[in-house]
Amino acid sequence: MILGASTFVEGVDNAFMVILGISFFLGIGITLTIILFLFRYNQKRHPKAVQVKDSIALEITWTIIPIILVLGMFYYGYVGWIPMKTPPSEGIEVTANARMWSFNFRYENGRVSDKLYVPVDTAIIVNLNAIDVLHSFYIPAFRLKEDMVPGLPNNRTWFEATKTGTYTIFCAEYCGLQHSYMISEVVVMEPEDFWAWYEDPDAMVPEIPEDANLALLGRQVVERNGCIACHSLDGSTLVGPTFAGRYGETIRVITGGQEREIVYDAEYVKRSIYDPDADITVGFRPGQMFSYEGEITDAEIDLIVEFLKSLNE
Amino acid sequence: MSETITSKHVSFLEHKGKYKGLLGWILSTDHKRVGLLYLYTMLVFFSIAAILGLLMKIQLIAPGYTIMGPQTYNSMFTVHGIIMIFIIVVPGLPAVFGNFFLPIMIGAKDVAFPKLNLASWWIYIIGILVVLSSQFVGGWPDTGWTFYAPYSFRTPTNVLPALFGAFILGFSSILTGINFVVTIHRMRAPGMTWFRMPLFPWTLYATAWIQILATPVIGITLLLTVMERVLGVGVFDPTLGGDPILYQHLFWIYSHPAVYIMILPGMGAISEILPVFSRKRIYGYKAIVLSSLAIAFVGYFVWGHHMFTSGMSGRALYAFSFLTFIVAIPSAIKVFNWVATMHKGSLNFQTPFYWAVSFIFVFMIGGFSGLTLGSLATNVHVHDTHFVVAHFHFIVFGGTGYSFMAALHYWYPKMFGRMYDRGWANTGWAVFFGGFLTLYLPMFGLGMQGMPRRYYDYLPEFHTGNIISSLGAILMIVGAIIVIVNLVRSARYGEKTSEKNPWGGKTLEWETDTPPTLENWEDLPTVEERPYEYK
Repeated sequence: MILGASTFVEGVDNAFMVILGISFFLGIGITLTIILFLFRYNQKRHPKAVQVKDSIALEITWTIIPIILVLGMFYYGYVGWIPMKTPPSEGIEVTANARMWSFNFRYENGRVSDKLYVPVDTAIIVNLNAIDVLHSFYIPAFRLKEDMVPGLPNNRTWFEATKTGTYTIFCAEYCGLQHSYMISEVVVMEPEDFWAWYEDPDAMVPEIPEDANLALLGRQVVERNGCIACHSLDGSTLVGPTFAGRYGETIRVITGGQEREIVYDAEYVKRSIYDPDADITVGFRPGQMFSYEGEITDAEIDLIVEFLKSLNE
Repeated sequence: MSETITSKHVSFLEHKGKYKGLLGWILSTDHKRVGLLYLYTMLVFFSIAAILGLLMKIQLIAPGYTIMGPQTYNSMFTVHGIIMIFIIVVPGLPAVFGNFFLPIMIGAKDVAFPKLNLASWWIYIIGILVVLSSQFVGGWPDTGWTFYAPYSFRTPTNVLPALFGAFILGFSSILTGINFVVTIHRMRAPGMTWFRMPLFPWTLYATAWIQILATPVIGITLLLTVMERVLGVGVFDPTLGGDPILYQHLFWIYSHPAVYIMILPGMGAISEILPVFSRKRIYGYKAIVLSSLAIAFVGYFVWGHHMFTSGMSGRALYAFSFLTFIVAIPSAIKVFNWVATMHKGSLNFQTPFYWAVSFIFVFMIGGFSGLTLGSLATNVHVHDTHFVVAHFHFIVFGGTGYSFMAALHYWYPKMFGRMYDRGWANTGWAVFFGGFLTLYLPMFGLGMQGMPRRYYDYLPEFHTGNIISSLGAILMIVGAIIVIVNLVRSARYGEKTSEKNPWGGKTLEWETDTPPTLENWEDLPTVEERPYEYK
């Protein structure tokens, strides 16, 4: 089987073995029977068909045997699946936020990351939160998939990784233009590495030292929140307008149905993040972006502004 | 052909009615002409949608931009799905072969409501035009053929015509269903009791009930979606207080039984063809009838297996998984009976038989992969991946598509009074079959590896499977072109035939003229024994 790295893998792969094993056995058997018949009862070899009477006993036999087989398959599928639906009461809680077209992960201490960092051999409870449309949280190596449904309360799943390493997270539910680029990673670490990462004071941005590179920190905010899925840094047009070379310029936007000119300044950046449909750049569609209010702080917006300024240089 | 026949016996193809030329066709209430109208319409749209499919596979031959951008790709898989599902496979065999052969096979002169039958085709055409209008106003929809909420409310593309068109197409389906149920109940020839009825009409009967009972659900659902988009009534959109999972329930309450609308008539056609080319009575006639009815009935209760990861409650999930396994049984019974029919037969290797035997093979692979999807633990891993795409195409393209081609090659001489070139027909089948397996088998592997479906671009680890699959697509299209060109050409230039029964069939359609006259029969036939009574 393919790479497996969670406690679910054994149960799921057992079910695969049972179902695929029976399927291959029966499938090959029936195919060989057909080929044998094609050969033996070819008109040339067998010019006169022999009429055979229906047999109720045979019909019952090939009804009962498949029923028994599929009940076995149902059982293995059920047993392999039950652990996914019974999360332990204790574990590390993480909220996975999905939006078109990026994931981010918020930990209980407020740390936010675009990758999911977890310790090995520890139960992780993932609250699934979709901000705009349906997404699906899929980690093939963990045999885990659960849809992320906007507006559905208490939607959660869980896992326990068994091997350190980096595994891909896909969005499995079609969610529009950049669906195939909505990919993240889960990084499974030794517990001490994880806790060091988790409590890393630099990542908390409580106070910014004077000599810090603000533009670089701003870039991290932008990457962490998946902005660049829709806003390019090289001037090309994606779903939203590019970030490159715009700051300080006068741009044309549509506000409440009226076209007007506006200066691309810090205030405009903040409004665009908290109330994206307020001013829509001419040539783009409203309704594509949801507000980041409560997710990106004022201090972070200042960093983004520094980053945008740096793109003019 | 008419030289050999008396002047009274004018074939339906040459019959002069009130209107001439094209009008004589599009205003004809003759069930045979209506059937051919559907066939020609489907041929046109199948070609379009197949080309879209090929372009998608060429895009996927390498990671990144190959021949199109993501917006184009997303629109293509949506339009490919809408055309193939709503315009081709749902009307499918009932609309073409059901219309043409149901009355003949049960010894009737036409369907019960000929005008309603013609109206169904017109509604079908109007539905198609509405669906296609989305191309000209606002751009092709990009939601996928499932129109899942709330993306279908958020997409900037023009989803409304597609939804409304699918709604209209549903009426065509319902009216055809009603027509067939009444025809089968009221118009069987003297002596044709229920259990003397051939198996193709039986499956049409089971299908017709699903069309009547399930289609209104999708109609309501699509209409609610239209209302929500236009008027802002909150049913499915969470920003308006709606529930996106409700949409999925309503959608699949129809769309799962719809899969049986697609496949049951195909099973019926295969059950006609195998005995004829085996020179043998069908094995387990009653078992096949009962299993068709069982599929139609249990098929209503398994829709939840499309939603194992949707956030639905646990208890509902294992009930759905259990019922899904149960619905596999009647299909297995059919496969066993088909294989048993060949046992001790005298097999006549003709084009329809090649299609029928390869149908059993691909349908079986589709069925076995369905078990993996019906089981809870394995479904979680492969749901929404290429595994589902492969399974679906094995069942719906492999199942319905192969049985459609089998039926077309089987009934072709009767329908057109001409024969196709058998050499090209067999070559086309072989190329198509090889291409089909090369195209879809690797997708099972890709899905197990974890490649999600509806993917414009993919990670390098999925490259090998995609290259093989794309090459298979090219091969399969070559096969399809050979098959279709041969059939289209032969309708005009093929060898003429007025032989009533070229294959040695035992059902009533082989007792009428070739091609049949306007009302099929001069005197209604009387039926004295079960079908397929080879001695």
